[in-house]
Amino acid sequence: MPLELKCHVGIGPTVRGKALVADDNFSARYDLDRIKGVFSRPQHKLVGQSYRDVILVLNTAKGGVATAWMLHEMAARNIAPKAILFNSANTILAQGAALADMAMCDRFADGDVTQLIETGDDVQVDPAAGIVTVMNKALA
Amino acid sequence: MKLSDKEKAMQAGEFGPACQWAIDHQTQVGRMFDAEDMVEVSQAHMMADPESLGDAGVSFVEGIAQNGAKVAIPMITDPRGVDLTYYDPLGQTEEMANLERRFIAACTSMGIMMTDTCINYQTIMPPVRGDHVAYGDTGVVIYSNSVCGARSNFEGGPSALAAGLTGRTPRYGLHLDEHRRATKRFVVQTQPKDLMDWGVLGATIGRKSGSYWEVPVIEGIEKPPTSDEIKHMGAAMASYGSTPLFHVAGITPECSTLADVKGEGLEPEIVSKEDIADLYRPFGAKGEVVDVVVFAAPQLSLVEMGQVAALCKGRHRSETTDLIVCTPAQVYVDAKRMGFIDAIEGFGGKVLTGTCFYQQYAREIGEANGWKRLLSNSAKIVNILGGYGYQPALASMEDCVASAEKGWIV
Repeated sequence: MPLELKCHVGIGPTVRGKALVADDNFSARYDLDRIKGVFSRPQHKLVGQSYRDVILVLNTAKGGVATAWMLHEMAARNIAPKAILFNSANTILAQGAALADMAMCDRFADGDVTQLIETGDDVQVDPAAGIVTVMNKALA
Repeated sequence: MKLSDKEKAMQAGEFGPACQWAIDHQTQVGRMFDAEDMVEVSQAHMMADPESLGDAGVSFVEGIAQNGAKVAIPMITDPRGVDLTYYDPLGQTEEMANLERRFIAACTSMGIMMTDTCINYQTIMPPVRGDHVAYGDTGVVIYSNSVCGARSNFEGGPSALAAGLTGRTPRYGLHLDEHRRATKRFVVQTQPKDLMDWGVLGATIGRKSGSYWEVPVIEGIEKPPTSDEIKHMGAAMASYGSTPLFHVAGITPECSTLADVKGEGLEPEIVSKEDIADLYRPFGAKGEVVDVVVFAAPQLSLVEMGQVAALCKGRHRSETTDLIVCTPAQVYVDAKRMGFIDAIEGFGGKVLTGTCFYQQYAREIGEANGWKRLLSNSAKIVNILGGYGYQPALASMEDCVASAEKGWIV
């Protein structure tokens, strides 16, 4: 049975995909090899994993302003997540999502989103309604 | 969001398609952060290096610029990604330079001033207390909010451009009194001694703060830092914590006392020697061979240029270690006149103008030059460059120059 999670109204279109989750933070400049489409920062919990076409679920943003352009650049090459969910986004991530037309939501009513969603879950994100639905849980 | 008649006219396209895109972008972002209305801003500052923009971003800006779009307020730029007088020797390609040229042409046509600096608060026109601005570059924002008492969110390139075109920004976050009050209270036990120490302290507090929406208030700083010292502290804090504002009790303008920022009821957290050591430890690499020493992030002020030049004078770098120094054009002119450039270049260093190392296709230039082990006195840059394939290390300015001379980290 689908699990519906309420969050703040976000940005971008409704999308559906597989979740990639970590209790870690995010910066496109600090953490990614954007040519290969993988996390490249050795200390990041998702190092080596592809972020292409996934629903990325992380704690919060870190670092600088470059991510605002980088999400747009990544989306233009079709090597980008479908959506990013945070416990708490910062302004840069929201601005980048707006330019890239990428789905982004944060501030979940039921607690820590990195615990509520697991890697591999089939997730639908509806930013306009502020609802994220876990359609199917990942197989154990 | 409540929009004025003028803003509604922008939304309806009466000010042209560029302004229409800008106000639409701003209202999307404003809604996500519950902005009730817009606030007029006096300046905009845009970060937009070609690595971040890519062809898609440059084409987007060119599209905005066509049909005669002009910025409505003074608008300046963050460091460029390509020093067009020195890119081939650095391993940058003609394609990278062409992206830069196209972006500069588009910006110039819109009336944007290509200042290419992340220390505009030291070189161009610092904002004043209460001044609403739309700044990019986290180091610029945290300094302007904290040291100048101005009001800005982190405005990424697209949002800074939108603010330049409309002359306003959504009123949320740091534009509001309630988001400028302290939420975390730190007590410093060890006084920083040099720029690296100030950066490491800022990084430690940023890491402990951990979110854009936290505002640290700091106690225990015994004497006011210099502009360069607090610059390094702020830049590192913003880098590690995505922190846009801090207060230093008795020093920064909104915090004569803890009570001014509602900090007296917060539980004090000690920033211990161990905390500082924990932050520094991954960046200690004494005795190891160093490929490149970098002074950047933030760009160097005239005072820092003078300090590096004095250390370089009469010495020469190792044949196996490069030295790169990044400073804005505004500083370069004076540094040249005062002999600082000649001293650094006499050492075998290279001074790049209007760029910053980590914004210069850091991965590609590292691979082209065989740079792996990088040494800097900037806590910010060592935090960034791990993801670009470097093994970054931290040392004081003096030890950085000495290491460049020896070829290994002293």
